Amino acid sequence: MYRYDEFDATMVAERAAQFRGQVARRLSGELSEDEFKPLRLMNGLYLQLHAYMLRVAIPYGTFSSRQMRRLAHAARKYDKGYGHFTTRQNIQYNWPALVDVPDLLDDLAEVEMHAIQTSGNCIRNVTSDQYAGAAADEVEDPRPWCEIIRQWSTFHPEFSFLPRKFKIAVTASDNDRAAVRVHDIGLRLHKNEAGETGFEVIVGGGLGRTPYVGHTIRDFLPKEHLLSYLEAVLRVYNLEGRRDNMYKARIKILVNAEGADHFREMVEEEWAQVNQPGIDLPREEVDRIHDYFEAPAFETLPANSTTLEERRATNREFARWLRVNTVAHKAPGYAIVNISLKPIGGIPGDISDTQMEAVADLAEQFSFDEIRATHEQNLVLPHIRKDDLYGVWAALKAAGLATANIGLVSDIIACPGLDYCTLANTRSIPIAQRISERLADLDEQEALGELKVKISGCINACGHHHVGHIGILGVDKKGEEFYQVTLGGSAAEDASIGEIVGRGLSSGDVVDAVEKLVEFYKKERKDGERFLDVYRRLGADPFKEALYEAA
Amino acid sequence: MKAITANALQDGAVVYLGDDDQWTPHLSSAARFEDGDAKDVLAAACSRIEEITEAYLISVDDSGAIIGRETIRETIRKGGPTVRLDLGLQAESCG
Ligand code: HEM
Ligand code: SF4
Repeated sequence: MYRYDEFDATMVAERAAQFRGQVARRLSGELSEDEFKPLRLMNGLYLQLHAYMLRVAIPYGTFSSRQMRRLAHAARKYDKGYGHFTTRQNIQYNWPALVDVPDLLDDLAEVEMHAIQTSGNCIRNVTSDQYAGAAADEVEDPRPWCEIIRQWSTFHPEFSFLPRKFKIAVTASDNDRAAVRVHDIGLRLHKNEAGETGFEVIVGGGLGRTPYVGHTIRDFLPKEHLLSYLEAVLRVYNLEGRRDNMYKARIKILVNAEGADHFREMVEEEWAQVNQPGIDLPREEVDRIHDYFEAPAFETLPANSTTLEERRATNREFARWLRVNTVAHKAPGYAIVNISLKPIGGIPGDISDTQMEAVADLAEQFSFDEIRATHEQNLVLPHIRKDDLYGVWAALKAAGLATANIGLVSDIIACPGLDYCTLANTRSIPIAQRISERLADLDEQEALGELKVKISGCINACGHHHVGHIGILGVDKKGEEFYQVTLGGSAAEDASIGEIVGRGLSSGDVVDAVEKLVEFYKKERKDGERFLDVYRRLGADPFKEALYEAA
Repeated sequence: MKAITANALQDGAVVYLGDDDQWTPHLSSAARFEDGDAKDVLAAACSRIEEITEAYLISVDDSGAIIGRETIRETIRKGGPTVRLDLGLQAESCG
């Protein structure tokens, strides 16, 4: 894992000290809220309905048990005993007092954590595949490149006040688990015919008010040119992006206004002019960063574990969890374990302090001290020996963390919505809870297969509803909560934006609606077809009919 | 009628301007103003920047109950998240 060098440590400590001074000046009234707000936002501190909210970065989703324990400590000491994992591999605290935030940030800084790049119009925390460095299907570990981007982008003087926030995601697998096609820039590491690895560069994706799937502006960028090419894209955006209108300021608007081809030309022209050798890292530096991500010392193990197979054969519940929540690892005898933060009827992404500690203990003992946060608001133990899976499962179960629903209908992404968020039209979490309870039966869920439900409480789309197989968007109708359903979205390699199907529904009706859609899918599906496949085959109309018939 | 609400500066907690001109967490203790007067009172409240942030008006009826199109939002602010009844003011009142 990446460890801070002196430079990082100083930077984070200085930033925490600076913010401590700013908080003191705000509390004394020396700073007005108008003066203070941009400063607190630069430090990840928002004001929600009931309290402040602090967003803490987990760069590219990788963290250690020591860091997780510190997050648990912070939840206990400064919050109300829990935290909330978001869709951007961050964790949010919902209740810290402003007066405590400087101490909280100091506590985090001790374990190399901070809230930098979690808000404001800068290049945000880079996100990645939660299975990076472990997945059997990746071409190489994408995280060294994420770290290179992090170092380049943190406090980049030219890109600290962009027209709007800017999000970059990196994947190294054909199975896109990082939603690279709906980011401002998505990067996909892949191999060309010569067997070299390089980046596909995808630009102008995004959700929110005007959702777009990004455009590929380069099929293959040699890795060593990553930073100069990113710099060229950012420069074009910084210069040409619209600062006059917040709703038109994201790069997706620029790319779509110019057309992808013209935008590509603009970038290539800029790239020819930027000082490539001055920006691209020298080979030794690239190697030095790669060294931090050297694979853990995996044991040489047989591909299969007999103890595991015995347990699988005799314990149905464990067998289900293996099928649903574990994934193939690149090292023989190991598996990747997903930890669902979506218990049936629970709050998506929430985790208590004691659960955090349980996960930290397991990671330390069984997973080379590594934990991952996923953009679907779950956690991952990336490197578990197959022999240890049963023990890990039992411990997760004891901690209430063994729900076997990864990728299934109850593995719902939901934004905080009106239960916490000042911008919300409607609540999101209760809808997620009711859908999850309505379709609680895990046999039934597994039989339905992959089905992604995503819920946002307003058009900002923090809950990614546009890319849900079933998306739900909260809309306000004269002070009442209504929900609009979209169908056919996807955030994966087959990315698409969902289509709105008809009028808004009440909170009760929207839960019924999901059930109707599921029933219709079951009736229509052919062998192996997912919900999304059936939708794409049949189109919107029959689904609409099923949804609104005799409603 | 109107009441004035804000978030306390120190901890962000929801507060209302009370009859005694102090901030209170209880809407039931909030002062009520005629619509015409409310703007001036709000301007005065907003200047108390060492105490609160983000002050604004909410609509209430004669008995002090929240009304109008922000009813759901203001009810959640007043009590706490509807998905965590153990948190916020609602946790204290239902005991
Ligand atoms: C409760 C406090 C929050 C506030 C005030 C907030 C605010 C916003 C706003 C204003 C936007 C739109 C920005 C734009 O389009 O340029 C946005 C986007 C986004 N938010 Fe949040 N958010 C909050 C919480 C969350 C949480 C908890 C998550 C994850 C579960 C999240 C994930 C996202 C994502 C992924 C986007 C990007 C959508 C896109 O690609 O355009 N946010 N948020
Ligand atoms: S989608 Fe809207 S309601 Fe949900 S967290 Fe984002 S800003 Fe708040």
